[in-house]
Amino acid sequence: MSDAQTASGVHTLLIDRIACDGHGACAELLPELIGLDEWGYPIVRSTDVPGELLDHARRAVAECPVLALRVEQKHR
Amino acid sequence: MTSVVRLGAASLPVAAHRPLWFATRASGSITLLLLTAAVALGVLVSGRYAPKRFTRFEISALHRNVSVLSLAFLAVHIVTTVVDPLVPVGWVPALVPFISAYRAPWLGLATLASDLMLAVAITSAVRLRMGRRPWKAVHWLAYAAWPVALFHAAAGTDTHLDLQRGLYAACVAAVLAAVWWRLYRAGPGMLAGRLSAGVVAALVPAALGAFLASGPQGVFL
Ligand code: HEM
Ligand code: SF4
Repeated sequence: MSDAQTASGVHTLLIDRIACDGHGACAELLPELIGLDEWGYPIVRSTDVPGELLDHARRAVAECPVLALRVEQKHR
Repeated sequence: MTSVVRLGAASLPVAAHRPLWFATRASGSITLLLLTAAVALGVLVSGRYAPKRFTRFEISALHRNVSVLSLAFLAVHIVTTVVDPLVPVGWVPALVPFISAYRAPWLGLATLASDLMLAVAITSAVRLRMGRRPWKAVHWLAYAAWPVALFHAAAGTDTHLDLQRGLYAACVAAVLAAVWWRLYRAGPGMLAGRLSAGVVAALVPAALGAFLASGPQGVFL
């Protein structure tokens, strides 16, 4: 995990738009990358997760009530 | 209660048993309280409760932590029950529902409730790997665990105490309020479905009231 963390840009943020209910927890936990539109649905500012935000991104993934958020490692 | 004292006096000094006896009662009451809070908080999370003073992830973190805490007290409750020489329940009947010879139906309820809680907890621990639908399907069992646990508690020896009855009433009120709030907020669609869910929820206090009025509680110990 520490390797991945230092190499920035190898992780991608994915939102399942159909599953997402607009709970907004992700924007509270990862405001650097996720904002909310006026209905409370997420707007992803950047899908690239820099290394220093990876822990926060994982926390946001774990906290999404409907499991609509994922962080995936990019294939290089 | 008197029969307990007699039973105990036959083997060991009564006083030696009392700490365990009280520990079982106390841990059971706390488990019910925490389970009630966990269910009510879960309903708030699903209903997207968003008060000004809290963030949403705080409410879901509280839901999760309270749930885990309820399991810890459940473990204490089960261990003191099995260890207590006054209560002839072994490990297997404590984990497999409806096979205990002792207080069969009521202990069966207890075991069923705790198995349901375990299923909800274990699947939640691995929910990221399980996927949403299977996890959610199991998670709904929490709605079954709560009334089952409530009736197990209401069948207990202490139900004649005002304080204990007050606790049960407060638990019912909390879950009912949360569920009705969510059904109300889920509108305007599916009116028939939401109304019937609201009526089903109201059956819990109705059944509990009838149960307490008929007074079967406490007859087993
Ligand atoms: C065994 C103890 C638990 C009980 C009794 C319990 C109870 C509940 C209840 C009644 C709901 C409402 C379900 C609905 O109507 O959609 C709920 C929702 C929820 N619970 Fe739990 N829960 C427990 C443990 C956990 C744990 C350990 C987690 C950790 C991941 C968790 C995460 C959630 C989430 C995220 C929701 C919202 C689901 C949604 O909005 O679709 N629960 N819980
Ligand atoms: S936490 Fe999940 S449901 Fe809520 S807005 Fe983010 S992705 Fe959607």
